[in-house]
Amino acid sequence: MSILVNKDTKVIVQGFTGKEGTFHASQCLDYGTKIVGGVTPGKGGTEYLNQPVFNTVYEAVNKTGATVSMIFVPPAFVADAVMEAADAGIELAVIITEGAPVRDMGLAKAYATKKNMMTIGPNCPGIITAEECKIGIMPGFIFKKGRIGLISKSGTLTYESANQIVQEGFGISTAVGIGGDPIIGLSYKQLLQMFQDDSETDGIVMIGEIGGDLEIQAAEFIKNNITKPVVAFIAGQTAPKGKRMGHAGAIISGSAGTAEEKMNALSSAGVKVVVSPADIGKAVREIMSK
Amino acid sequence: MNIHEYQAKELFKHYGVPTPRGKVAFSVDEAVKNAEELGGNIWVVKAQIHAGGRGLGGGVKLARSLDEVKTWTSKILGMQLVTHQTGPEGKLVQKVYIEEGADIKKEYYLGIVLDRAKEMPVMMASTEGGMEIEEVAKNHPEKIVKVAIDPIIGFQGFHGRNLAFGLGLSGDEMKYFTKFASALYKVYIDKDVDMIEINPLIKNGKGEFLALDGKVGFDDNALYRHPSIEKMRDLSEEHPTEIEAKASNLSYVKLDGNVGCMVNGAGLAMATMDIIKHEGGQPANFLDVGGGANPQTVAKGFEIILKDQNVKAIFVNIFGGIVRCDRVANGILEATKITQVNVPVIVRLDGTNAIEAAEILRNANIPNIISADNLVDGAKKAVALANK
Repeated sequence: MSILVNKDTKVIVQGFTGKEGTFHASQCLDYGTKIVGGVTPGKGGTEYLNQPVFNTVYEAVNKTGATVSMIFVPPAFVADAVMEAADAGIELAVIITEGAPVRDMGLAKAYATKKNMMTIGPNCPGIITAEECKIGIMPGFIFKKGRIGLISKSGTLTYESANQIVQEGFGISTAVGIGGDPIIGLSYKQLLQMFQDDSETDGIVMIGEIGGDLEIQAAEFIKNNITKPVVAFIAGQTAPKGKRMGHAGAIISGSAGTAEEKMNALSSAGVKVVVSPADIGKAVREIMSK
Repeated sequence: MNIHEYQAKELFKHYGVPTPRGKVAFSVDEAVKNAEELGGNIWVVKAQIHAGGRGLGGGVKLARSLDEVKTWTSKILGMQLVTHQTGPEGKLVQKVYIEEGADIKKEYYLGIVLDRAKEMPVMMASTEGGMEIEEVAKNHPEKIVKVAIDPIIGFQGFHGRNLAFGLGLSGDEMKYFTKFASALYKVYIDKDVDMIEINPLIKNGKGEFLALDGKVGFDDNALYRHPSIEKMRDLSEEHPTEIEAKASNLSYVKLDGNVGCMVNGAGLAMATMDIIKHEGGQPANFLDVGGGANPQTVAKGFEIILKDQNVKAIFVNIFGGIVRCDRVANGILEATKITQVNVPVIVRLDGTNAIEAAEILRNANIPNIISADNLVDGAKKAVALANK
């Protein structure tokens, strides 16, 4: 089980032969991910990393039966790549690219939704089902197999959390980095529901940050729909107003989007909220021993 | 990226969004000349800085003669204008906008922002012009009308009518308003705008609408396709260290504490600031050195952090994933040879080869480089050493 991806998932890479695409696709192959080909317009018919290269996503899907695409194309072309994937019948696009214009992502996301394609990201570390399938840029070895589902807006904070969870003697079922941009694909709500329904997940850790109100919506959703225990940490408790903190979406505007507001909402939804990022692992031990 | 009111109004004019006539001035003489050219017998002298609340701070004045234009301009140019958005130190005013006096029958608010939940732009209007929209939203949410605009269909007549009727407009006024709103939406979409705010939007005696103010911020990720907008960047409005960091692809935000932070990844960087606070200290900055954390970026990071005289200790918090910690440790040692670091540096490296990394730091035997066992240990040591 686990969610979204597993050892049988067939993956293609868009932006396969670029620098980032090459490095991370090799790492994913080493991890055991079933990468069955890549797309680089103009290089179709060749082989790369012992996999076939195609000119179009349509061709790649037809020839390989891939259902997931990992996207590394540069920001100016990422919306095009996402829409091509959607049009070609890909079921899930994992968008790693950082720096995509918001307007482009708005259109790409609307089209993906119309075509029933799920997206993760952009500007995210990707998704990993521990010891089965890694689609993204995370260091795979940190994610020891276990029964905790992890959802996070941040990359390194995902690794930090997974590491703490493992050090406490637990492990990860699936970890999803949803990205910190203003418009993102799968978000807390959908993923919480998937983890709730997953027989291999017993508890959930969600890592949020300042900006937007996805965490507030998640709190409301948890209250009504999630019975598995949840731990949360919100980064940016000390962030000043009106300043963008690295991620394009991490900005507090007016009184909305503060860490405090999100922490309160999650607490009142019954989530175990930790104030210190060093306490994530300990909190998992606490909720799992109840 | 944000621009000044006068630049926003230039952009508006280009798109047929009506504004009163005006001209920017960098000196008193220029201001008087502008007023003469504009004609009439009443002008407004407006300080041009990137902050709201300029009027309350004394940065916007009405002049009823050319002499008054001169007087007010000489007072405003060169002043440290303090508003609720500038912080107590205020901002130096280097230019003023001279605008013709407007015939104001009523003030409104009009803005466009991205609604992240709906994933589309939302246009907001209110009859409470001149008030902060956050305040109106809190105290009188019923006085705000909103329409979400699906980018696939763009701005349609019904969007304009829904807003106009919501504001109590009808007849020609409704038509004028809809035309104004439609032109403004075009600016938002064409230029990859992140946020537009017109506060106040005014209605004159003829029932026409004009932007009396204009605040526009752009999506930084899209600036590459708008060179004309990029040219409007006013570097004097940005923190010099933040500009320097950006030039080296580092993401830096200055804060007020004394514990410098150098972290890989934006989320972990924020979490590092949080744990410093949690352990009783105050972070001096946000700094994301990115995934690589090689000697050059780490050295640049040290240089940028140390520009802030308040910094008494630096907490380096790196989670090495694909970048191995032993390489990062060597990078840190290398960096201290490039940049002179004379405050304690507390280093917490976790992830791939963390044990070897700690060994490398210990063996280097540099007295001000202190290895931390974990996140809490690092934060505690950094806070203690900064407050010593």
